[in-house]
Order: sequence, then structure tokens, then C-alpha cells
Amino acid sequence: MNSGAIQVMGEVLDVQRTGKYFVMSVTAPGIAERTQPGQFVTVGMGGEESSMILRRSFAIQRVQSRGIYGGTLEFVVSPVGKGTRWLTKLRRHDPLNLVGPLGKPFTLPTKAVTCVLVGGGYGSAPLIMLAESLRDRGCRVDTIIGASTEKKLYGELELKRVSTSLTLTTEDGTAGVHGRVTDALENILESSQVDVVYSCGPMPMLASVAEVSTARKVFSQCSVEESMACGIGVCMTCVLPVVGDDGITRMLRSCVEGPVFRGDRVRWSDVGTIPDGTLGKEVVRP
Amino acid sequence: MTGSVIVTGMSQAASGEPTFDFSTNVGSLELNTPILTASGCAAAGRELDNYFDITAIGGIVTKSIMLAPRSGRATPRMAETPSGMLNSIGLQGPGVESFIENDLAWLQQRGARTIVSIAGGSAEEFGKVAAKLRIAGGFDAIEVNISCPNVEDRGQVFACRADTAANVIQTVRRNSDGRIPIFAKLSPDVTDIVEIAASVAQAGATGVSVINTLLGMVINTSSMRPALAGVTGGLSGPAIRPVAVRCIWQIRNALPDLPIIGMGGVRSGHDALEMVLAGANAVSVGTSIFNDPSAPMRIQNELEHELRIRGFTKFSQAVSHAHREIDSTLQINTAIDDLDPTDENWDFISE
Repeated sequence: MNSGAIQVMGEVLDVQRTGKYFVMSVTAPGIAERTQPGQFVTVGMGGEESSMILRRSFAIQRVQSRGIYGGTLEFVVSPVGKGTRWLTKLRRHDPLNLVGPLGKPFTLPTKAVTCVLVGGGYGSAPLIMLAESLRDRGCRVDTIIGASTEKKLYGELELKRVSTSLTLTTEDGTAGVHGRVTDALENILESSQVDVVYSCGPMPMLASVAEVSTARKVFSQCSVEESMACGIGVCMTCVLPVVGDDGITRMLRSCVEGPVFRGDRVRWSDVGTIPDGTLGKEVVRP
Repeated sequence: MTGSVIVTGMSQAASGEPTFDFSTNVGSLELNTPILTASGCAAAGRELDNYFDITAIGGIVTKSIMLAPRSGRATPRMAETPSGMLNSIGLQGPGVESFIENDLAWLQQRGARTIVSIAGGSAEEFGKVAAKLRIAGGFDAIEVNISCPNVEDRGQVFACRADTAANVIQTVRRNSDGRIPIFAKLSPDVTDIVEIAASVAQAGATGVSVINTLLGMVINTSSMRPALAGVTGGLSGPAIRPVAVRCIWQIRNALPDLPIIGMGGVRSGHDALEMVLAGANAVSVGTSIFNDPSAPMRIQNELEHELRIRGFTKFSQAVSHAHREIDSTLQINTAIDDLDPTDENWDFISE
């Protein structure tokens, strides 16, 4: 198997705080050049002798070619745990162990179609790179980003620049439209012809986005955020129930068979369980 | 780090790399190098081939395969712990037929040495999986994962009793080609691991794989519920390495001729060397792969270096070397800067 992913020692170029999040810019020679929208990198935590043995996964928000640095990339960190807090305390020139690009990217249309992008929290980060690719293809890109509150919105300025239109929603009304992203999505789907919905964010949001899109027979692609141990397909921890072309549900790995899945194929309400009918589900003996 | 610097091994290595015999015999299993992947941490080798040449290490130990396809347990399936992790995957897998057709065929075509790990809910299931593999052929050895629950015995794991462990090994032996080496993977969660090792050897195992994970548990303090959907899980990673070294040591001490594949938290060549010195004829690298996808290859190179700087010319010289009498006749370098201060202290005392 040649997924094209490599392991490199990168270097921190910049750590920028924005709201509740931190944007990390790092050199990633060989990774950045081959990254497609929706792919992610894993980062080794705490240095070589660290007691944190699991890598953390981050969606890539943008790649750049920066002269002497070669390829660089950016990802967004929400410092909620030991590993992510360590990461956000790094400074310029600190080394970083990176593996990537990993995962299946978003599938891009071959024609100039109409797209809606929906991001929740910092799930909007990979939508920046996606929006750029879609605009390059002549697509119309209407973007909706939402969060529980203003401080948890991410990517407003960047997405405004690359989208045809941008709608903000917050559940507490501190910014943009008071409500959820799915309310805004329903409005767009109702008022205009949409060919594809792309989404990234928390699982319940993705479930609603997929449901709303599928109900209106609009094709959707959702990038899931599952907790991963290896990120490369060997540990089997990041699985979720997905229906295949043959109609059979299988527990698929988010890291290699995802993180982007067809919205109409994930059994959203069963995520976290092994639903009945899943291939190989053990029959419980009385 | 203190100590005098007499680096004969190093200078030799620098002036034109004298040949080093890295091959090992794990009973009848002959390997070019002693480094393997640990079952459940390398799938069937394919993903890792992207990060290093999987034919350049001793071999791939595949994820335990059962008779039928299996979905595994619900998520969350893992939790990070200090220098380790807890997992409760529940042996998700495609079933032995799909495994033979896809994974085994790929490994064979790729030219990788392959040790197939098998699992079952009953001795009978182990036997059926072995019988299917016997017909298929195309692998080098079987590792029997007896640390799975026995559905016929209230979910008690086979590995926790000498008689149930031996029964599984006997059944696998009966259903396998007589020339195929069989390794029993032992659980450290027992009162006397030597007793289990002796019993599986008696039942026809070529050797033992030591150790499987330790049973552990984590409570999520946000949800205030068990962190894993399966409630308990197997603890692996560097945190368990001293337990593994102890088990290898005890088995080697009691059963000097029993082939041992050592595993449990190996993260560096230094860690692998520790297991070899304790008595391992080969070493599997597991959880460290999650941290570093090319860990088996890196550790193999590091182990060779560690052996060379100590003056070994053959891997086999180092196996069980920690059990030697103090006046061992083998000349090895002990006064080198890479040695642990503790080793140096020990040498000082022995003089």
C-alpha cells in the first residue's frame, strides 16, 4: 500500500492565538506539497521520551510553499488536554514529529457546481483549503460556520475571503445569526439549487447536516472527528458504522477509510455502538 | 552519564563494519533478524509497508484472526495512560477466509516472513482456524492468542489456567502442519507464569510469546463513567516493560531451552536488548508503532548498534546473557560510555 504519507521532523514557525484556539504553522517538507483538502497530520507529543505515547491528529487548514522553508502547513489546536496544551506552548524553531498527509480527502467535483460548506467550531479549519480548491474549479461556495458562542467560532476572516457568501451562527446569539448551522443550511437548501454539501465539525452537527442534506436528496460529504491512536490504519480504535455499496454495515476506520465519509452512508445515530446488522456483530448468548 | 570511554566495538564498526550475524532461531523458526511486529499493532503489515520495508525486519505478526468476521466492541476503544494505553478493540477482523484470501496472499506476494496470530472463543474454534490455515499454507508460524475469553467458561481467558491454555495449544497442534512452529502468547495476569509456560510447552507449543497486555481500567472524570465502552481494557506500552522483562526472566530461568518471543513496551533498541538479555530469542514491537510508524525498523537498527558496541558479533550470544555466571568466558565490552550507570556500578561491585 502506498498512501503517500511520510514521517518528517518539522519545525514550528508560528503559534497564533485566535479566540479559544491556536493556529500552528509548521514546516512539513514532503507532506505539505502532497496534501489535499480534508487530509490530516498526526503529531508526536512531548518529545522522544514523552509519557504521552499517542500521536494527536489535526486537520490541515492550509498548505503553502514558503521559499527557504519548503512546504509548510497550518493546523488548528484546541488546548483541551495535556497533549494539546503542550503543543500550544511550543515556540518558533521547536522540532515537531509529523506524519502525513493522512486520510481520504474530500472528493472534488469535476464541474463548476454549487457547494455549501458547513463548519462547526474549529471544524471549519479544513474548509479553508477546500473552499480555495472549489473556487479554483469555478464552483459557487456558500459557507456557514457556527459554534455555541462567538469565541468558539473559527476562520471567519479566511473563509470570508475564499467563499462566495459566509453565514455565521451562534447558539447563544453572541455573533451572527442566533441558532444552529443546520437552520442556515436548511434556508440555503430551500432557496437555491445546491449540488453538494461539505461539512466538518462535531459528530451531532454532522449527523444533522447529513440528515438535512439527504432529506433534500443533496449529496453530502462529512469529515468526522473520531479519537485515534495511530492515525495510519493499524490500531482499529477510530471505527464507526458505515453502510457500504452492498448495503452491509461495517465498522470502518476514520483514519484510512475516512475521515471524509458520505453523509448518507454513516449510521450517525449509532456512532459509538455496534448496531444490529453490522458485519461480524457477536450474537449475545443468554 | 559517567565512565571511561573504551570503544572497541565502535571503532571496529567505524572502520569498515565487521559482519554482524543478526539471525536468530526461535525454536524451529529461523529469522534473519530478531525484530517482529506485535500482534494487533501492525494489522497485516500493509499499512506499515508505507513507512519501512516490512521484508527487512524479522517478520510480521498479524492481528489475531478468528473463524468468522467480527465487528469488535463499541467505541471508545482506547484511552491514553502514563507511558501506555488501554485498548478494548474486541478482536475486530474479517474472519480467517477473507484473511487468507487478502492479507495472507498479500504478505506472501510481498515476501514478508509471516507469523499468523489466531484467536477463538473455544478450543474448537482455534482448531478450525488452524485447520483453514493449514490448507492455505504460505506462512511461517502461528502465534496463539490464548488471552481471549472462553465463551464456554464464563468468559475466563484461556491463558489464566494451565489446563485451558494447554488444551487450546494441543488442539492447534493437532490441526496444524507438524513442521509449523506454534507460539503461545501468555498473559502476565496470572499467579505463576512459569507454570503456564511449562504447560503449553508440554502441550506442543514450540515456544511462548511473552507478554500480552495487562488488564486495566480508566474512569473518565468528565463523564464519571468508565473511559472504555468495554469497561476494562488491555494495558500496553512502555509502562508494562518491567513486567515483561520479569516474565521473560522467570520463564528463561525455569525453562532454559524454551524459545521465547519477548514483547511489552519496547520503544528503543536499548529496550529490546533488555529483553534479549533476559532471555528473549526475538522481540516484538507493538504499541510503539502507534507512536512511530517505523519503530520496528528503527529499533532493529538501534539493537544492532547496542549489540555491536558491547562487542557481540552474533545476536545469539546476547540471548539470556543476563543469566550468565559472573565469570563468563565470553569477552564483551562493559566499559563503554553508552552503558547505563547502573551497569557500571554492578561491574564495579563484582570486581
